[in-house]
Amino acid sequence: MTDSGSVTDNGSWLIKGVTIPASGKPSGKPSEKQGDVPTSILLSGGSITAIGPDLDHPGARTIDADGLIALPGLVDLHTHLREPGREDAETVETGTAAAALGGYTAVHAMANTDPVADTAGVVEQVWRLGRAAGHCDVQPVGAVTVGLNGARLAELGTMADSAARVRVFSDDGRCVSDPLLMRRALEYVKAFDGVIAQHAQDPRLTEGAQLNEGEMSARLGLAGWPAVAEEAVIARDCLLAAHVGSALHVCHVSTAGSAEIIRWAKSKGWQVTAEVTPHHLLLTDELAAGYDPVFKVNPPLRTEADVAGLRRALADGTIDCVATDHAPHPVEAKESEWAEAAFGMTGLETALRVVQRAMVDTGLLDWAGVADRMSVRPARIGRLTGHGIPLAPGAPGHVTLYDPAAPAEAVTTAGASKSRNTPFAGMELPGRVVATFLRGVPTVLDGKLA
Amino acid sequence: MKRHLISAADLSRADAVLILDTAEELASLADRPIKKLPTLRGRTVVNLFYEDSTRTRISFEAAAKRLSADVINFSAKGSSVAKGESLKDTALTLEAMGADAVVIRHGASGAAHRLAGWVQGSVLNAGDGTHEHPTQALLDAFTIRRRLKGTGARGAALDGLRVTIVGDVLHSRVARSNVLLLSTLGAEVTLAAPPTLLPLAVGSWPCAVSYDLDSELPKSDVVMMLRVQQERMTAAYFPSVREYSRRYGLDAARMARLPGHAIVMHPGPMNRGVEIAAEVADSVRSTIVEQVANGVTTRMAALYLLLGGMEFPATGVDQ
Repeated sequence: MTDSGSVTDNGSWLIKGVTIPASGKPSGKPSEKQGDVPTSILLSGGSITAIGPDLDHPGARTIDADGLIALPGLVDLHTHLREPGREDAETVETGTAAAALGGYTAVHAMANTDPVADTAGVVEQVWRLGRAAGHCDVQPVGAVTVGLNGARLAELGTMADSAARVRVFSDDGRCVSDPLLMRRALEYVKAFDGVIAQHAQDPRLTEGAQLNEGEMSARLGLAGWPAVAEEAVIARDCLLAAHVGSALHVCHVSTAGSAEIIRWAKSKGWQVTAEVTPHHLLLTDELAAGYDPVFKVNPPLRTEADVAGLRRALADGTIDCVATDHAPHPVEAKESEWAEAAFGMTGLETALRVVQRAMVDTGLLDWAGVADRMSVRPARIGRLTGHGIPLAPGAPGHVTLYDPAAPAEAVTTAGASKSRNTPFAGMELPGRVVATFLRGVPTVLDGKLA
Repeated sequence: MKRHLISAADLSRADAVLILDTAEELASLADRPIKKLPTLRGRTVVNLFYEDSTRTRISFEAAAKRLSADVINFSAKGSSVAKGESLKDTALTLEAMGADAVVIRHGASGAAHRLAGWVQGSVLNAGDGTHEHPTQALLDAFTIRRRLKGTGARGAALDGLRVTIVGDVLHSRVARSNVLLLSTLGAEVTLAAPPTLLPLAVGSWPCAVSYDLDSELPKSDVVMMLRVQQERMTAAYFPSVREYSRRYGLDAARMARLPGHAIVMHPGPMNRGVEIAAEVADSVRSTIVEQVANGVTTRMAALYLLLGGMEFPATGVDQ
């Protein structure tokens, strides 16, 4: 990387020799596809001002991006930033820094903070903290019910009208299990183009549940978490969304059966979208064999067959996007007996590398597909108008530069997140996020916070 | 043999037979007026009990003391654990005190496994949640071998013996360890239980499964009854205690269907009148009291072998 220009050009950046993955190609070896010819991207005044092979811009700082690919800045639909309330685990500052390092330019901050983001006051606080941190845009998610208690609707309209402009509502961590309340929530948010993001988990079928119900749970003596507890709620919610003509988003789909139900709902033309986490695309419940709670997550890691089904569903678009469910926890919350430990894994800093391993290197998805599943579609589902826009002149200057050829390196627990609970620690993953630009300004350069 | 005894799967067939043979050796010494052996003198064994289990704790305590080990009983009640100390911190404390072995009983599956990652000494799992209880399986195997093959059966495994384990397999650490150990030793294990009390994936276990106890009895050499926990009785695992008892309880009529040589086992504590009738528990087929005595001997053998105690003289030592 070179810094050849003066700093007087109001921060223009010229990214030279970068490849913008072309869409519509059949899968194969996507990184070597014909048609993906190196080009240059000029970022100026917060936007992409030009794309072309022979760009020059006196005064612009230059990045030699030979061998790198450019993706529209990644968008996470599912992030736990923990602030307010659990600043020992993560803050908006540290969580968004982790996001930037992972190539993200926008994250949706989940509502299960303390206090819960169930009022305009709390969502505006989170939104302001995000603006102050500046590493990426923070779009607060509002709670569906007061205190996530599943009893009474939170003031959804007030949150929608607030400065935070909330459009996604979720009781994530808990399921809106009452069918009537779920129906009303879906119905109510139609008034402002909202979407209910459901954490699908039947509470009765998962009382005390610890691990996917199967061979591993039977052997380890951990209370089983049946796939049907997720699938039954998804089926019900799809029917409810169809009935009231509203938008349902299914959080962290974890079973092959869930994907089948969503495929069916989409075939009916219903407004159903879904996400899958990086960890559910790569890891299985076999990892629980050593009872290390770093592998304890909600929904639980499932089986090889589920992983295969989820990958297929993401590849064919049944599952719309990858969302991290980045869930930081302090060390002591995981250094315990399995049943005592907290649910959740960090994921922002490793998501793109995991997706390369699980989807691209396996030939299931090309890089244009990755741009679609990790930027374009999550932004659309989150109603984020300024994000997820394909790289083109006039588009906002949200760009992620990624080196897919970087040799596989073992994941470490050292990162920007305050927490260390990554399930990928020690695992060799390919690729490297080289730079992230938010509105034309680098938040990450050469793999480090700018 | 591995350094820890956390799962019955940690034991190879040779390991298991060695433990049984060692226990047999120790049992022959137990008849002497002075039962104590010097083999673990100067070694420290900690009994770390997070659940009330007087019988198991006393059994381990007696075993360690008969081998002359120093025994520290660490009960979760009234200790720093009650004040919220984590398992890890407790482990580090025991480590600092120089425990050569930690015997742990804990309500969470995997607790023994976690502990083994934090201490240098050997970890003996004395029951972790609904996972395993390997020394119970060892004492059961020892009891079966003694009763059905005689005390002179050194070197023998349990090949061809048919063992039927009856009851709440889903939540039973005793059942998990027994399925693993008894199958390692060559026994043919059948689980008999209502479908609600079997793990969904039981098909992957090295045993057969039956929903019908009566059809299993005539071909069983051993029937092992599991305790029905109070909390299962109200959680829709079965319609009523009476119905459970009718279908899966071992009463005198059912006992009469067993072959003449068959034995009846129970890990205790029993619910008389629920899974086992009093006349069965007190019958000559019952090994329940023997199991308790064998528990001490088997645990002595396990401690001795895991801690690599010095050779014990064949005649015992009078002090």
